[in-house]
Amino acid sequence: MKPIGITDIYYPLLFIGLALYQVACHPIASSETDQTQQSLPKEVDFNFHIRPILADRCYKCHGPDKNTREAGLRFDIEEGAFALLDTSENRYAIVPGNLKTSELVHRISSRDQEIMMPPPESNLSLSPFEIALLRRWIKQGAEWKSHWAFISPVNTELPEVSDPSWPRTTIDYFIMEQLDQLGWKPMPRENKAKLIRRLSFDVRGLPPSPDEIDAFLADTSPEGYEQLIDNMLASEAYGERMAVEWLDLARYGDTQGYHHDFERNMWPWRDWVIGAFNQNLPYDQFVSWQMAGDLMPDATYEHQLATAFNRNHKTTQECGVIDEEFRVEYVVDRTNTLGAAFLGLTLGCAQCHDHKYDPISQEEYYGLFAFFNQVPEKGKWQSFEGTAPPYLEIPKEKQQEIQAFIDRRLSIEYENQSIQDSAETYRWVWEEELSQLLQPIMVMADMDTLRPTHVLNRGVYDAKGKPVVATTPDAILPFSNEFAKNRLGLSKWLFSRDHPLTARVAVNRYWQMLFGRGIVSTPEDFGSQGALPSHPRLLDWLAIDFRESGWDLKHLMKQMLMSATYRQTATVHEQKWKLDPDNIFLSRGPQMRLSAEMIRDQALAISGLLVQQLGGPGVKPYQPADLWIEVSSGGRYQRKYMQGHGPDLYRRSMYTFWKRIQPPPAMMIFDAASRNNCTVKRQSTSTPMQAMVLLNDPQFIEASRVFAQRMVKEGGITARDRIKFGFRCATSRFPDVEDIDILDQLFQTGLAAFEKNPEEARLLLQTGESPMGSQVDPVELAAYTMVASTLINMVESIHKS
Amino acid sequence: MDPLLQITRRHFLSRGSLGLGAVALSSLLPGCKPSGPQDLTATIQGMLGQTHRAPRAKRVIYLFQSGGPSQLELFDHKALLQKRWGEQLPPSVAKGQRVTEFTASQPKPMVGSYAGFQQHGQSGAWVSDLLPYTAKIADELCIIRSMYTDAINHDPALTFFQTGSQQSGRPSMGSWLSYGLGSDNSNLPAFCVLLSKGSGRAMAAQPLLARLWGSGFLSSQHQGVQFRSGKDPVLFINNPEGINLSSRRMMLNHLQQLNKRYGHKDGNPEIHARMVQYEMAYRMQSSVPEVTDLSDEPEHIFDLYGPEARIPGTYSANCLLARRLAERDVKFIQLYHQGWDQHNSLPDHLTKQCKDIDQPSAALVMDLKERGLLEDTLVIWGGEFGRTNYCQGKLTREDFGRDHHPYCFSMWMAGAGIKRGLQYGATDELGYNIVENPVHVHDFQATMLHLLGIDHERLTFKHQGRRYRLTDVHGKVVTDILT
Repeated sequence: MKPIGITDIYYPLLFIGLALYQVACHPIASSETDQTQQSLPKEVDFNFHIRPILADRCYKCHGPDKNTREAGLRFDIEEGAFALLDTSENRYAIVPGNLKTSELVHRISSRDQEIMMPPPESNLSLSPFEIALLRRWIKQGAEWKSHWAFISPVNTELPEVSDPSWPRTTIDYFIMEQLDQLGWKPMPRENKAKLIRRLSFDVRGLPPSPDEIDAFLADTSPEGYEQLIDNMLASEAYGERMAVEWLDLARYGDTQGYHHDFERNMWPWRDWVIGAFNQNLPYDQFVSWQMAGDLMPDATYEHQLATAFNRNHKTTQECGVIDEEFRVEYVVDRTNTLGAAFLGLTLGCAQCHDHKYDPISQEEYYGLFAFFNQVPEKGKWQSFEGTAPPYLEIPKEKQQEIQAFIDRRLSIEYENQSIQDSAETYRWVWEEELSQLLQPIMVMADMDTLRPTHVLNRGVYDAKGKPVVATTPDAILPFSNEFAKNRLGLSKWLFSRDHPLTARVAVNRYWQMLFGRGIVSTPEDFGSQGALPSHPRLLDWLAIDFRESGWDLKHLMKQMLMSATYRQTATVHEQKWKLDPDNIFLSRGPQMRLSAEMIRDQALAISGLLVQQLGGPGVKPYQPADLWIEVSSGGRYQRKYMQGHGPDLYRRSMYTFWKRIQPPPAMMIFDAASRNNCTVKRQSTSTPMQAMVLLNDPQFIEASRVFAQRMVKEGGITARDRIKFGFRCATSRFPDVEDIDILDQLFQTGLAAFEKNPEEARLLLQTGESPMGSQVDPVELAAYTMVASTLINMVESIHKS
Repeated sequence: MDPLLQITRRHFLSRGSLGLGAVALSSLLPGCKPSGPQDLTATIQGMLGQTHRAPRAKRVIYLFQSGGPSQLELFDHKALLQKRWGEQLPPSVAKGQRVTEFTASQPKPMVGSYAGFQQHGQSGAWVSDLLPYTAKIADELCIIRSMYTDAINHDPALTFFQTGSQQSGRPSMGSWLSYGLGSDNSNLPAFCVLLSKGSGRAMAAQPLLARLWGSGFLSSQHQGVQFRSGKDPVLFINNPEGINLSSRRMMLNHLQQLNKRYGHKDGNPEIHARMVQYEMAYRMQSSVPEVTDLSDEPEHIFDLYGPEARIPGTYSANCLLARRLAERDVKFIQLYHQGWDQHNSLPDHLTKQCKDIDQPSAALVMDLKERGLLEDTLVIWGGEFGRTNYCQGKLTREDFGRDHHPYCFSMWMAGAGIKRGLQYGATDELGYNIVENPVHVHDFQATMLHLLGIDHERLTFKHQGRRYRLTDVHGKVVTDILT
């Protein structure tokens, strides 16, 4: 086998993908075969053309899993693919250069149900194009290559590009190189108002204020943009924004997630994450602390706290369950999270049998499992609280903070009279809350005596097979003898210089965060069933640069944000859109819908309601009544949603209490992750429920009312000026005359309607607990509220550019 | 036609659009046909386009009894169990199979049904005296007494029934159908969920999980939409106070104008898709109150479903609502009734649970039949597992409990394509193990999909490197129970 570097790989697949897309949707051209022949690449590449076909259609029966392998034939390794077929005399599946004698060609071309491959009962088939690819590959000599993701990244020379004045950072050379090959041009730079909006959401998760926009527009210095980036990266909101993505990955929740779903206290860990991002803790340490902080020499409170990462999984207290079954499930969860979050591999596939697509045996799976199998824990911890040992007690000074937090909160409730009457009741609630919030934090620890680990046959908790020791899959990177066989050694392995995956997987996720799509569009799967990188050399360059920078996340972010690629305008005509709907080639700027958190945070920010306060226990903003009761049990198992008041209603959405069996509905409707399992990519859908949330959720109605007050107060004297101000808050740009006309007409019509029926104006304005400004005429304010709600609902307002 | 209400197939296929997610697009590309404008108010297509075979059922009403109803008191009559009251479960019957931690280390005195059984109808089906109304429609039902499952505890067992896997994260049945078949109604969701609390074990019923009607890795537009009793039948559906229907329409018109202007500048098809969603939301503001308002139902219908049908949020009212949703071609209507977990006080609690569900369930079947809807509506009744033939806790003549039992339990199905008056499968004479025609949860799921015209092995979604399906890698259609 000829090992190859990533430099050997090129990416004609994408061109074919595009060609196919056009072919498929415009079947006007001549005959199918001509079409197929025409779009075939001149040189077929194993990694980019052939392995994806073999993996997807053949590995199930001819892949790594020895137990389901048919006819002893395997296509996942070179020796297997070119081996003598044991079912027949002197025949081979693949004979390089020879179509006639290659059994594979015979089988995939046959229509005989007995012979054809894939067999009919598999419900899988090959398209004529795929068959032609396989044929051409064999004809061209059937060159075999290792899977790209398991070869360590290597740096390449900077590509030459058609317009050397365009690139701003190294990234741009790689992007332009491909645009050149397509004959495409990048889009011009985004206008400054839209650019600061994009930047602000990407770095802080919040919209820019009109003052910030003005300052940026006024700043004509060449360093203006860079300074803006630096300022935003230095803001505390940066840590919050970055943490949201991490909480999805770490399946963070405020309840245990199974059955009665009792509360647990993991928010001190969440606050540590925010702080770590803000202090720019190097990524290798950031991850290593979370993997093995407790095992580090002189482990501090924070080191131990970080390990709560691996205890964020769901836990149960259901009476009838078998303790060991669920204990095993927790270890499985940690192992699979390691796969999706750090290795970009679907390790879970190897829990019950050898992986069907990637070179991970079941034994190797349990080798990884063994690292996480040493926790002195129970699978079933019966208690009316959601936490289970091992614990980390909250330190004294933090306890005081928590007391102060509860005091603050309850005094607001007391004033609001939501807690009825006596000081005694107050005292009682105070103690309840305190005992809840002083629950210790669940963290990792290893037992003094190692728990023996076995392969679990079929993945069943008590079907113990062969004993295994802690180790990592060989095909990724052998586990060095120098590493301790514990989580600390595992984290050293993850950050070994030669590790092919850790850095790539990380930069790919952050790329996805900014550009909406990873360079590998399956961030959780870099294996043979995952997507191929659209810009393999860029991925490698980013990975190496990230590592060489000392795993400096802010540096990585800045590299991407400074690029000309990032700064392109996202506004393109339909024609251009159709050429590359997913913007794979990045010939335009990123265009994404805001996340669930950003949409709500923006409404709070532009209305002026947002309370920016870092960290603390989860809060309970408005939520439709009884949602918790509808799913929960009765009596002492019941949990009622006790909505907060005052600042609790207006904190950033990442602090909203996350109940896993009934997550906050407005957030779920906007595709927030359920936090049941590690999630590294959210969906972005468009549904009628989303329209209902933005139009009718009290949170958004109240924000509209307060936003309207602000428009009146700060927007000038005339309706048109106020509309202009509001429009700019919501979209970061000035409206044109026609935009204003439409909204002004809405305002006037609304005004007339509310004048006729002032009672409706009064009703509309009573939504929400925040006080009403007294200066404004209610009828006028109601009409502005309707305008404000419209602004919040505009498609443009819920997109980042 | 209003240009707003026009959409091309491309729009349907594009990311974030109505019918399909981005991944479905790629799976459809090879067969993608160019086509002209399409009416937006028309129904939403599923990814299958065409079903694999002619469907028998167009929609499903699934009356899920959460907690695990006792088959031994309801459908699986065991005279011998009565006779051997108090005797220990013989090891030859228990066969060392797993039991829950509740009863793993306690004695296992067998206990027969506290309720009587009679044979009913021409089919002579054995039905409990606790279910007099169900007994009357015995000839409409196919009672499966040989169901079994892999899971022995609630959370995993519920998840297994609804998603085909004990681990959370996979799409639920209704989501699979929405994804595969789309919607037949452009004003209502394809997958609706109705919850009710049971009268038995009210203080310690098993919880439900919103993820049971989640879409897992499928696009979230396929998740179940919960219909609730009270002011907001669907979350956030009501305009805020002070905004009436005409001011809402006026506001939407202006909003759509602004969006349209923005869309002209930008080629992003999502803009159009979102405009479409606002119109759907607006239509739901009329269609949902219309369907949930039972006041236009005549007196005899309330009589049929029983007095509780007038109380919103009860099982009975939900059954009536289910019929109304079925009339409007909602694809999958899922009811959950809590409270069937009789570890103790079984005679008292089970009687109450049966009273909750008996009349309304039977009424629903008859009402559908009356309207000609039973022909193409599949009605399913059952829980996540059964209960043990031995007592949990203290056994007295008056009182006892039963533990979870996954090795045999009963369900019934009725309607589209299902044989009428059939008792299918059998358990041993002590009601512990299946002796004839076992039906696994995956078999049940495969059969349900089959009736909807879907080959369960061919409704798949590729996620994290493999193709997933509702029945995982198992499942066999139970042809014996099909007409």
